[in-house]
Amino acid sequence: MPRATSKRKAPPSTSASVTSSDVVSTRPGKKGKKEVDKIGSLFDVYANKTLDMIDPEGIVSLCSHLGVDHTDVRILMLAWKMKAEKQGYFSREEWRRGLKDLNADTIAKLKKALPGLEKELMATSKFEDFYAFAFQYCLTEDRQKSVDIETVCELLSLVLGPKYRSQVDVLIKYLKVQSEYRALNADQWRHFYRFCKEISFPDLEDYDSDQAWPVIIDNLVEWMKENKQS
Amino acid sequence: MGAKIIQFDQGWSCLQKGITKLKKILEGAPGGHFSSEEYMALYSTIYNMCSQNSPNYSQQLYEKYGESLTEYIRATVLPSIAENHGEFMLREFVNRWANHKVMVRWLSHFFSYLDRWFVSQKSLPRLKEAGLVVFRECVYEKVKSNVVACVIGFIDKEREGGRIDRGLLKNVVDVFVEVGMGQMGGYEVDFEAEMLADSGEHYSRKAVSWILEDSCPDYMVKAEECLRREKERASHYLHSSSEQKLVEKVQHELLVVHAHQLIDKEHSGFRALIRGDKVEDLSRMFRLYHKIPKGLEPVANVFKQQVTDEGKALVQQAEDAASSQQGSNGAGAEVGLVLIREILELHDKYMAYVTGCFMNHSVFHKALKEAFEVFCNKSVAGISSAELLAGFCDNLLKKGTSEKLSDEIIEETLEKVVVLLAYYSDKDLYAEFCRKKLARRLLFDRSCNEDHEKSFLTKLKQQCGGQFASKMQGMVTDMTLAKDIQTNFEQYLGTNPNVKPGIDLSVTVLKTGCWPNYKSSDLNLPQEMVKCVEVFKGFYDSQTKRRKLAWIYSLGTCNIVGKFEPKPIELVVSTYQAALLLLFNDSDRLSFSEILTQLKLTNEDLVRLLSSLSCAKYKILIKEPNTKTVKPDDNFVFNSMFTDKMRKIRIPLPPMVDEKKKVTEDVDKERKYAIDAALVRIMKSRKVLGHQKLVMECVEMVQSIFKPDIKTIKKRIEDLITRDYLERDHEDSNMFKYVA
Repeated sequence: MPRATSKRKAPPSTSASVTSSDVVSTRPGKKGKKEVDKIGSLFDVYANKTLDMIDPEGIVSLCSHLGVDHTDVRILMLAWKMKAEKQGYFSREEWRRGLKDLNADTIAKLKKALPGLEKELMATSKFEDFYAFAFQYCLTEDRQKSVDIETVCELLSLVLGPKYRSQVDVLIKYLKVQSEYRALNADQWRHFYRFCKEISFPDLEDYDSDQAWPVIIDNLVEWMKENKQS
Repeated sequence: MGAKIIQFDQGWSCLQKGITKLKKILEGAPGGHFSSEEYMALYSTIYNMCSQNSPNYSQQLYEKYGESLTEYIRATVLPSIAENHGEFMLREFVNRWANHKVMVRWLSHFFSYLDRWFVSQKSLPRLKEAGLVVFRECVYEKVKSNVVACVIGFIDKEREGGRIDRGLLKNVVDVFVEVGMGQMGGYEVDFEAEMLADSGEHYSRKAVSWILEDSCPDYMVKAEECLRREKERASHYLHSSSEQKLVEKVQHELLVVHAHQLIDKEHSGFRALIRGDKVEDLSRMFRLYHKIPKGLEPVANVFKQQVTDEGKALVQQAEDAASSQQGSNGAGAEVGLVLIREILELHDKYMAYVTGCFMNHSVFHKALKEAFEVFCNKSVAGISSAELLAGFCDNLLKKGTSEKLSDEIIEETLEKVVVLLAYYSDKDLYAEFCRKKLARRLLFDRSCNEDHEKSFLTKLKQQCGGQFASKMQGMVTDMTLAKDIQTNFEQYLGTNPNVKPGIDLSVTVLKTGCWPNYKSSDLNLPQEMVKCVEVFKGFYDSQTKRRKLAWIYSLGTCNIVGKFEPKPIELVVSTYQAALLLLFNDSDRLSFSEILTQLKLTNEDLVRLLSSLSCAKYKILIKEPNTKTVKPDDNFVFNSMFTDKMRKIRIPLPPMVDEKKKVTEDVDKERKYAIDAALVRIMKSRKVLGHQKLVMECVEMVQSIFKPDIKTIKKRIEDLITRDYLERDHEDSNMFKYVA
């Protein structure tokens, strides 16, 4: 009976073709794993072996590969994307989180993703989050609640500068001149952004000192008004 | 039944005769009354005509009733009024109304059967009412404007001094009221409104000329007289409801419209009256404006301005006096004493007006308070108002002030000071200065009288609450306790002669807490004094358990005898100065640095000390070189040739720290705590509160003690946020939430 022989199983070549098609198909699990591995190995390139974290040295190296200065705001943005906790260090988890979100698994892709990241942050709702993050990121000590004026000024210039250059310049000038505060807390930091966003500049027409603005901003406004007359 | 049917014409002619007779009676014809038979006849005619079934003449009779009245009015009443003028017209008017009432009364008696059931059946007005309405419509409405004009004319004539028939006017007014039949609308619209308008104009004209020609007092006298007259007029011949309106109108024209011109008149207005102490005129002004709603406001404002100006001038005077005495040390203080005294006198003066001329009215109390609050809080020559006031009290309570005041005057003045304190915004600062000065008085025995001290503190407590003077009261009590301890100490020495230190020692033990903070510095005591300290410590430890004594040498005094060659002199000096001088018992000559090492004092303290003994009035030590100030490389020699005409002299030592600065710092610190406590308390009970409200409530909570600075409150809020007592709402930056 010839039918019985035709019931023989298909040759292995068929199953082989099935396997190869697997590689080309878009099943996420297998492909994701490959990508994550790439991210992981990219991490290892910069990481400090003993700590299993990218340390400041590693970051400097990363930056040079990205063609970006390590004090550039885009690194800060990257840290935000990663939700990095400790300034100057990226953990494996954070690295993974950030790069996956940016869809980057090579340096080239990461470099390309940066302008997109910048644009994303300029959208207001995310910017506020980023802005707050920037301050928190500077609280390096345990239980530290305020950041010294010098650092605040640099941070302002870096983070708020691009959006509100003229306000920030005046703000920095004032912070350097005043002697009442030597460090600022998160509440005051947050209000700098509110100030730039809400108050018309440079006339300051709609500023109402009876509202709950922090005293430092009341003082800033007073100082600006005094100096405007001279 | 068998009643006769009366035909209309038949019945009516009978009635007509009755009515005619009535008219004649009204016109004053003799034989004027109806007999009961005549009355019955008329009544029954109508009765029959209305009760017969058919033809029933109720309707016609009702109409005829009205017609008879209107006819009479047209024919007789109106013409009689119209052909008269002035007073005669008014008389006619009054008389005709009286007549009409009589006529209506009689007619409605005759026709009263109609009232029984025809009227209500047809829902018509009752006869009497209908009858009176006829007058209103046919006479009143037609003549009212003439009548009103006439009456008003008379009123004005009377105002100008003419004589009029008040009774007649009253009667006319009564007619107006009666014609309204219970409603005042007619009177008010037709007569009252006109009368008020005319009165208004009249007085407006008068006011315009008087305000220019008359002085303020004269004007007020006229105004008062006018008001009196108008009231009298109203009570005599206007309706009672008009009195208030008329008075208000006149008040408005005379007093309200020209209020400012009157009160601010250059040489005779309010200010001039105050300056001239014209009590009667001021009282009159009060009386006049008191009854006008919000009328006293302009007066009170000028009063406030007057007081403020005078007060400010006093402060300025003081400031000028102080700056002209620039060099002298106590300039500010002296000037301050004078100023406070003058302010107290000013207060007495103006309070007298408030209670007298202004009958204790709250609006003037308020004006006085606000005025004083303005200038009382000004500082003079850099000295805060709180310190000035405290200095004044200190002067009153201490011994040896040049003026010897009697006890009553002191008590009285202290009483007044406490009243004045209510106007000061920095009461806590005042209290702190008082406390410091009280300490000095008590410790150096410079208080003139313990009773005064106690009574003063009681008064403060009454005015400002228990907390305010509690520390000071504690200090006074302490002194009594300290005296007891001293007595016990002396007894102890008596029973234990072997421990006697060889020097008369008296110690004042103070309880920490109510006394100001004093630093105890590490003075190296001379041997003799060390023994004293040990002995007392032994005594004290035997009396009490586990109490630690901290010795404050800076507050001590010492009497030592200087064995000078000319004669021995007793020197009253501070413990520090004594310690220094005793060093010279062992060596005639000492250098600055030697003294420094031996006494273990700071540089500044030693400079101060040596200056008081070598560069001031009494040179106990000779300084080499003999320059004006003490330098670290100077040397000092005992001045054995020193002498003075007195046997006992006191060598003062200027105080150590800048007391004023420390007091201000302490008070500022206390205020921060007070604000923090208030903020937390408020937020704890409210849980969520907006920024402005929080600030407002905080100010309210502390303002009986001091006036808080808004910026300070804001800063304390920020601090509380940092310390996690409060947090800002995430959405609304202006809202705060309590963090449990």
